[in-house]
This record gives sequence, C-alpha cells and structure tokens, in this order.
Amino acid sequence: MVHGAWFWLLGRIDLDSFAFVRAWREPSLDRLIAAGAAAMVVLGAIAAFAIITRMRKWRYLWENWFTSLDHKKIGILYIALSGVMLTRAVIEAVLMRMQQAVAVNQPGIVKPEHFGELFSTHGSIMIFFMAMPFLIGLINYVMPLQIGARDVAFPLLNSVSLWMTVGGAVLMMASLVIGKFSTGGWSGYPPYTEMAFNSGVGPDYWIWAVTLSSLGTMMTGINFAVTIYKSRAPGMHLFRMPLFCWTSLCVSILMIFAMPPLTVATALLALDRYLDFHFFTNDLGGNMMNYANLFWLFGHPEVYILILPAFGVYSEVISTFSSKRLYGYRSLVYATMAIAVLSFTVWLHHFFTMGQNADINAFFGVATMTIGIPTGVKVYDWILTMYRGRVRFTVPMLFSIAFIVTFVIGGMSGIMLAVPPLDYVVHNTLFLVAHFHNMLIPGLLYGMIAGYQFWFPKAFGFRLDERWGRIAFGCWVSGFYLAFMPLYVLGAMGMPRRMAGVFQSEYLPWLLVAAVGGFLVLAGLVALFVQLWVSIRRREEASVPVGDPWDARSLEWGIAAPPPEYNFAHIPDIETRDPFYAAKEHGTAYDPPRHYDDIEMPKNSKVGPLLGIAGAACAFGLVWYIWWLAAAAFVAIWGVVIARSFVRDIYKTIPAAEVAREHQRWLSQVAAARGIPRELETTPANQGLAEGAAA
Amino acid sequence: MDQQHAYRRQLRTYAIGFVSALVLTCAAFATVRFHLAPPQTAIGIVFALGLVQIVVHFRFFLHIDLERSARDDLQLILFSTLITLLMVGGTLVILANLHHRMM
Ligand code: HEM
Ligand SMILES: [Cu+2]
Repeated sequence: MVHGAWFWLLGRIDLDSFAFVRAWREPSLDRLIAAGAAAMVVLGAIAAFAIITRMRKWRYLWENWFTSLDHKKIGILYIALSGVMLTRAVIEAVLMRMQQAVAVNQPGIVKPEHFGELFSTHGSIMIFFMAMPFLIGLINYVMPLQIGARDVAFPLLNSVSLWMTVGGAVLMMASLVIGKFSTGGWSGYPPYTEMAFNSGVGPDYWIWAVTLSSLGTMMTGINFAVTIYKSRAPGMHLFRMPLFCWTSLCVSILMIFAMPPLTVATALLALDRYLDFHFFTNDLGGNMMNYANLFWLFGHPEVYILILPAFGVYSEVISTFSSKRLYGYRSLVYATMAIAVLSFTVWLHHFFTMGQNADINAFFGVATMTIGIPTGVKVYDWILTMYRGRVRFTVPMLFSIAFIVTFVIGGMSGIMLAVPPLDYVVHNTLFLVAHFHNMLIPGLLYGMIAGYQFWFPKAFGFRLDERWGRIAFGCWVSGFYLAFMPLYVLGAMGMPRRMAGVFQSEYLPWLLVAAVGGFLVLAGLVALFVQLWVSIRRREEASVPVGDPWDARSLEWGIAAPPPEYNFAHIPDIETRDPFYAAKEHGTAYDPPRHYDDIEMPKNSKVGPLLGIAGAACAFGLVWYIWWLAAAAFVAIWGVVIARSFVRDIYKTIPAAEVAREHQRWLSQVAAARGIPRELETTPANQGLAEGAAA
Repeated sequence: MDQQHAYRRQLRTYAIGFVSALVLTCAAFATVRFHLAPPQTAIGIVFALGLVQIVVHFRFFLHIDLERSARDDLQLILFSTLITLLMVGGTLVILANLHHRMM
C-alpha cells in the first residue's frame, strides 16, 4: 500500500506496478513474457519518437495529419491505429493458442492470471480498438467521396472522435507497462469486476478505455448519419447511393442507439467501483443481471456494426471485379435495413442460460434465426452478381469469395446456437469461440482487408503488390480454418472457453492443429506488412494517378488518386446509380467542368488531439487514483471545448484559380494515360484509366 | 406582403405551441398537487400528458409534420421510438421475469 505524499502525487502506483520490476523480482517465464510485451511497447514508442525526430517530421505530422480535419486523413489515421492494435491482438491470440497447446496436463508458459489478461485484452482490443477504428476509418475515407461530398457534416467532431479513440488505445497500451489489465473478459461482467473481487486497476483500465472509445464511436455515428442525410450531391437520392453508403448509414444509426447502453453500463460499474454504489454488487440490492442485459443491448447491435460495413465492401468489390452492376440492389438495401432493425430484437441470445423462462428464450431464439433470412438474401445477391460476370480474381475479390464460403459456415453454427436447449449444452465452450470468430474474421476482418486493398490505390495513388497480397490471402484463409475448425470439435467435446490449461489428453491433437493455425494467421499479418513495404518501394511502377485502376463504378473513382483535399473540383450532378460507370460509357467521365468556384474548407484544429490527450490523462488519473491529474485533465477538457467556442475563423478558402490549376494538371495526366483492358489491371501498364473510358 | 404573411403564420404556430406546452405542464403539476386522481391513475395521466407534450414540441417547435419535406425527420423519429421501445420494453420484460423467478 502507498501512503501520504506519495499517494497524493502518484496514487496507487508503486514499484511493483511496473512489469519490468515484477519480472526483475521474480524472473519466471510468465513475468518475462509480460516484461517483453512491456518492452515492445516502450521500445516501439521510443523508436517511433526517435525516427520522427530524426527525420524532423513532427511539424509535418502535426500540421498535415494530427490537426487535420480532412475526412480522408482522419480515416487513414483510424486505419493506422487499427493496424497497430491488430498486431498486438494477433500476437496475444497466438500466445493463447500456444499456451493452450502446451498446457494439457501441464502448467504451460503463462499463469492463469496472465492468461485472463490475455483474452481480456485480445477481445477488447479486437472489438474496440481494431475492428471499430478500421471500419470507421474506411467509412470516413470512402463514404463522403461516394456521395459526392467535400467532407463529413461535422469535421471537428470527427477529429475529436478519432483522438478519443486514440486516447483509449493509449490506455490499453499503458496497461501493458504499468499495472495489470482486467481478467474479466471483453464483456467485463460484474460482480467479478466489482471491488469485492477485483480491487486492482485492471477493471478500471477496461472501464475507461472502453468508455473513451464508446463515446468517440457514438459521436462518429451521429456524424456519419447526418453526413449521409444532409451532404449528398445534387441528384444523389438515397436509392442511388452505392451499397457501401447504405451499410454505412445503417451502421451509423446502430452506433447512435447501441453505444449509449454500453456507456451507461460502464458508467454504472464505475459508480459501483469508485463511489460505493450497488448497481451490480452481490449485496445491498445490486443486480448483476441488469449489467448483462445492458451490455448485450449494446453487444448484439455491435456485431452488426462490425459486420455491415464489410457487407458494403463486398458489394462494391464483387460488382466491380465482376464487371457487372450489383444484382438485387434494392433487396440488398432492404436486407441491410432489416438486419439493422432485427439486431435490436435478439440480444437475449447472449444470456439464454441466465434464468428467464422458456417462453422468453424461445422468442429470442426465433428472432435470432430470422436474421438468417436477410443475410441469406445477401449471399444469393452476391453470388448472382458474379454469375456470368467477367470475374477477375484480384486480392480483394479472393477475400470476398473466401468470405462467402466461410461466413455461411459460421452462420450455420449461429443458427445452431440460436436454439436455446442446444445453447445450454455448448454455452461457454470453445464452440462459441469458434462460432464468433467464424463470423468476425470473414465477416469483418476479411472485409476490412478487402476494402483496404481495394481503396488503397485511391488513397495513395499506387496499387498494392498482388503477389504478397495473395500470399497473405493464403495464410489468412488456411490459418483461419486450421485455427478455428478444431475449436468446434473441442467445444462439442466440452472444453470450456477462457481456460489457461486442461487435463484431458484427448484435447491435445486439436489444440495443436489450432496452434499451427494461429501461426499461419500471424504469417498472414506479416505478409500484409511486407506487402505494404514492397508496394511502397515499388510505388513508381504501380502508380495509378488517373484514379480508376479497377474500372469501377461509383463517384470516388472519377477523381485523381490521391484525391485533392476538397475531393471534387466541381460537385457532380447525379442522374443514375453507378454514376461514374455511366459517365465512362457516355465518354463524359473526364470532361472539364464549365467553371470553377472558390471552395471553402475547414481549417485545421488542435482541439481533437488536445481532447484526446486530456481524455487519456483523465482516464489514467482515474485508474490510478491520481486525483489531481484526473481533476486537472477534466477541467482541461472543458476548457478546450469552451475556448474553441470563441474561435470564429474556422474556414479557409481555396481560390478557384488553384482548383482549376490542380484539376487541369490532372486532366492532362488523364489525356496522357493509356486506357487498359482488364487483363492488364495488375501490371505496370495500369495508370488508372480504363479502356474506352476517355472517349 | 407574402413574407409578412409567413411571419404571422409562424408566430401563430409558436404561440399555439407555447400555450399548449404550458397548459400540458400545468395540468401535470396540478394533477399531482391537488390530488385530482388516485396515485396510480395520476402516474398514468402524467405519463400521457408527457407523451402529448412530446408531440406538441415536435409539431410546433421542430416543425415535424406529415408533409413531404419533413418525411425524413418523421421517419427517423418513429424509428427512434421503435428502438427505444424495444430496448426499454425488452429490458422490463426480461428483468421482471428474472425477478419473478427469483422470488
Ligand atoms: C486473427 C486470428 C485470431 C485468433 C488466432 C484468435 C484467438 C482467440 C483466442 C485463443 C481466444 C480465447 C479463447 C478462449 O477463451 O479460450 C480469443 C477470444 C476472443 N477473440 Fe479472438 N482471435 C483472432 C481474431 C479475432 C478477431 C478478428 C476478433 C474480433 C474482431 C476477435 C475477438 C475475440 C473476442 C471478443 C474474444 C473473447 C474474449 C473474451 O473471452 O472475453 N478475435 N481469440
Ligand atoms: Cu448476438
């Protein structure tokens, strides 16, 4: 325990809080692994800091990226954050797979406590700091371009959301170095996470990291929904929007309604822990069942927040690489809406076993199965889009096809779990773990990877390397099947989830196969990074400045790659769905506009990063009981908000002459480029101009 | 002339809205203050007045009506209502059932 001035200054922090000190005092393998992870965080931070300082890039980063309100840059930053967090979470996953493979009748490499931290951070990071930033980043980048807007409706709010998410992620990283994370899983169920059972900092880290990210996400939801409702280009009716925008809209609405229950749940848990309330305690009238209820009121819509954007990506990718318009556009839209509404009617399937009566379970079981119908509609629509198309098996397309097959398998196991009596049997086993990874990896991660490969040339002006993309694809898909199919068997054999070790030798072969799968997945991730590296080195020969490398259909492909800050030199008038494709057919895709106008864009703002820093500091103070820090940061947050309200000069004007100059430079690139047939799209001949497009 | 006409009409809607909001609020307070109904019924009345109050605010202050221009907003409001009802109603049913079975 710490006392007096020390406590006043540093709260609960003492020497033993540091992973390094713990490893020094007792150098067991378990603690060395923890110290190694902490070292990776510290060294990674130092290295990044040193490199940026060395290259004198601080000012550049601050002025061009961190304070930028450009939705494209914010989107890219979101995805960069997601990449860092994905790396950590995959490494943790592999560690868990190794542990379970060697811990049959043996202690294994990490202690049970540490294993608890591993699955809690892995789960929390994958959901809140990998998946959410990835999909928000992608929507941020693509959606405004697809609806013909210059930015999102609230550019500053966008930056604030980003930096609050970053603040939460920093907290997750800090927990590796100093203190210990929660062992309560990604769902943080009380009463286990209450003071009575867990008085350490772990659950507090979880609470505040998740709270920061959920607030940021809710604001993002509002931002995107308003953007889609209010900032569409003239003529872009809702039913002319690309499907990705439809899924973005539904996702935003889900965010608006689904994040508040989570924020409420974590806030109530915080009240229990900090101010001795009794919402979820065992005694004095607390009721932990309401936590489960609130958490899954968020949790189920959340899985659709995760999956719908990927559905949007697949719709774009499949129609583009089949050279066909999307089959059953309207049915896809209605299916998306149906899924969004239904997702609010099924949350109880996450606690079938909590004790409500059979009628209620049956109702929610049936409601759950109903979601299979619109999802099935979508699967057929995608297949029929490919039917008789000129399908090109590029990397995004490969991921899409792997998705369709794999996702259907996961859906089948979902229908099984929706039957309450069956759920009673496999509840809390690896069967469930297999099921949700079977949904999330194809239904989220493959989609995000496909989207990243698909839109990367738009964002940076050069294509990603095909060969390394294919290698990554091979590793991810084979890795997934090897890592998770055995878990169905293990679950059916009765192996519980979240186990640091087991005493059944018959589990061993399956666990070994799963471990191999884990390593393959890691190889897939490494391949993605190699691909990025190789592509950057060869960016000259893969450059596609004209901006339409895939002979694609929607608005964003009709502008330069990378696009100018203001996106469109002239906001287009929309007359059909797939407007860019139609323009290419009419030979009008690259016509210069009749005149250019001044364009007003938001100025940079420090508010986002400042709020992120203050938010993280406040959360850190709360976690460690450093009250002065928490209070000061809290005051700082509102100080920044109030100060910002006095700033009146928030727009800058880009003169028409400059717009014209940039646009004409690009048009001359278009004129100089050679349109290519689809067979050549993955060769250096591809400059981003499709054959026959510029008539 | 036309502008003045529109201004008058707007002023009238706001006035109607303001008066109805005031009446509804006072009615709710009065029900409780002067014990105009037994407690159970009083809760019902206050609740009902609250709902009407919401509609009044939407209609007169936020200009949500059945016309085409407000269709999007109306849809969003109805959707929000649906989701809120699902979440609140579902929670009540589930927790009441759990409570019942714990007794
Ligand atoms: C990339 C390959 C992945 C591997 C090898 C992997 C592996 C694992 C393992 C071993 C567990 C613990 C299982 C247990 O309780 O015994 C786990 C849990 C979990 N994983 Fe993954 N995972 C992967 C990707 C993902 C992704 C992409 C997501 C979500 C977007 C995700 C979300 C979760 C969640 C939410 C949990 C539950 C944590 C908890 O028990 O509270 N995982 N994963
Ligand atoms: Cu669910």
